[in-house]
Amino acid sequence: MRWLVATVAETVPETARVVTLRLDVPDWPSHRAGQHVDVRLTAEDGYSAQRSYSIASPPGSERLELTVERIDDGEVSPYLTTEADLGDQFELRGPIGGWFVWDGTDTAPVLLVGGGSGVVPLRAIMRQHAASGSTAAMHLVYSARTVGDLIYREELEALAGPRRAVTVTLTREAAPDWAGYRGRVDAGLLAEVGWPPSVQPHCYVCGPTAFVEAVADALVGLGHEPGRIRTERFGPTGA
Amino acid sequence: MAVVSRGFQGRRRQPGAGLVPPGQYLVDDFPVLSAGPTPDVALEDWDLTVVDESGAVVARWGWKAFLELPAEDVTVDIHCVTKWSKLGTRWQGVSMDTILGGIDTAAEFVVAFSDGGYTTNLPLADVLDGQAWVAHRFEDEDLEPEHGGPARLLVPHLYFWKSAKWVRGLRLSDEDEPGFWESVGYHNYGDPWREQRYWGD
Repeated sequence: MRWLVATVAETVPETARVVTLRLDVPDWPSHRAGQHVDVRLTAEDGYSAQRSYSIASPPGSERLELTVERIDDGEVSPYLTTEADLGDQFELRGPIGGWFVWDGTDTAPVLLVGGGSGVVPLRAIMRQHAASGSTAAMHLVYSARTVGDLIYREELEALAGPRRAVTVTLTREAAPDWAGYRGRVDAGLLAEVGWPPSVQPHCYVCGPTAFVEAVADALVGLGHEPGRIRTERFGPTGA
Repeated sequence: MAVVSRGFQGRRRQPGAGLVPPGQYLVDDFPVLSAGPTPDVALEDWDLTVVDESGAVVARWGWKAFLELPAEDVTVDIHCVTKWSKLGTRWQGVSMDTILGGIDTAAEFVVAFSDGGYTTNLPLADVLDGQAWVAHRFEDEDLEPEHGGPARLLVPHLYFWKSAKWVRGLRLSDEDEPGFWESVGYHNYGDPWREQRYWGD
C-alpha cells in the first residue's frame, strides 16, 4: 500500500488534549466509515516513526480528518496535536481495516459505544449515517471523563435526531446542572438506553482496552450475539 | 523519498535496535487487540482438534490431556501489526511439531480456528520445526482470557494476528484460504521484517 503526502489545511482544537487535523491528501482513494490510517513522520535526518489513527471524517467529505489525542510520553501524537500547523506535511497510507466499518446500506439498527477518543471512528459512522440518509436506527453511547473531555460535543448534539440518538455519560465529575448520565457504561446503562438483543443491533465498541472489555462483556451478558459485536481497542501505549 | 515533517524530532530511543522490525516501536505493557468480545469457555468444554485436508478429525485433546503433552518454555519477541513490539516475552506451550507430529498429511497450508469464529491461515511449513506453539502460560501465569487464554497459537516470526487467540483447532488444507484479517485488507503472510502489513505490501 502506497504512502501519500498529507498537508495540514486546518486544525480544530476539540479539547485541551485533542485536536482534529483537516488534511489535503491528493489521490486519497476514499474509505469506509470506521477505517483507520497509518501516519509516518520523518525527521530531517531520515529518522521516522509510525502510528495508526482512526479516520474521523465520513467517505466523500472534502478533507480527510484525523482526530488525535495527545499522549504526553508519546512520540507521534505530541507532534500532531501541538506542532503540526497549516501547510505542514506528513505521510499516511490507508484506508486500513475492513471489519470495524459501517457502510450505510445495512438497515439493521446500530449501537455505537465509545469511550474517550474511541468516539472518533464512531463519529465518522454517525456522519456517514446523516450524509447517506440511512433509515437504520443509530444510537451512540459515549463515555468521557468530564464535560471538558467531550470531543465533538456540539456536533453530536446537532447530529442527534429522530433516527440518531446520542447518550453521554461522564465518569469523573459532572457539574450539578449536568443533565446527562453519570458513571461508567455498564450493563445497567446499556439495558436502559441500548436496545434489547431481540432488536439484533450491530454493535460497535471502541475505546481503551478495559472499556472495550467491560462493554463487550456487558453486551454479551445482556444477550447480544457475540458475532454482532465489533470491537476496536487501543492500549495505553497507543501514542 | 520520504517527506520530511517540519519540526519533527522523534524520541530517538532505540533500546531494541536491530531487534525491532521496520515501523515498529517497543512497549513494556501488553496491549490487547481483538475483533470482538472475549469468549468465555469452561475448561471442561475446551478441546483442541486437528482436522485433515479430507475433513476428518485426526486428533483431539481435552484440556487435561492437552496439559499432559510435553510443554516447552520459549522466550520470543512479538510484533503486532498495529506497530508495537515486545521483546523477550516468556511463554509455555506445546510445540506444533508435537501437535501435528503423528499426522500423515500432504497439505501445504493450515487454518487455525478459534472460539468466537476467528481464523488465520499459515503455510504448514511456518508452524513446524520449532517455529510455533499452542501456548497456555505467559510469564509464569495461566494465559489471561483477554490475551487469548486458555490457549492461543504462538507464531512469533509473523505479525501477531497470526498467533490466534482462543485457538480451538487446526485445519489442514491443500489450498491457501485467507483467514479473518487476511480477508479484510491484511497481508496474507505477514512477515514483520518485510513489513507485510496490508494487501499489496
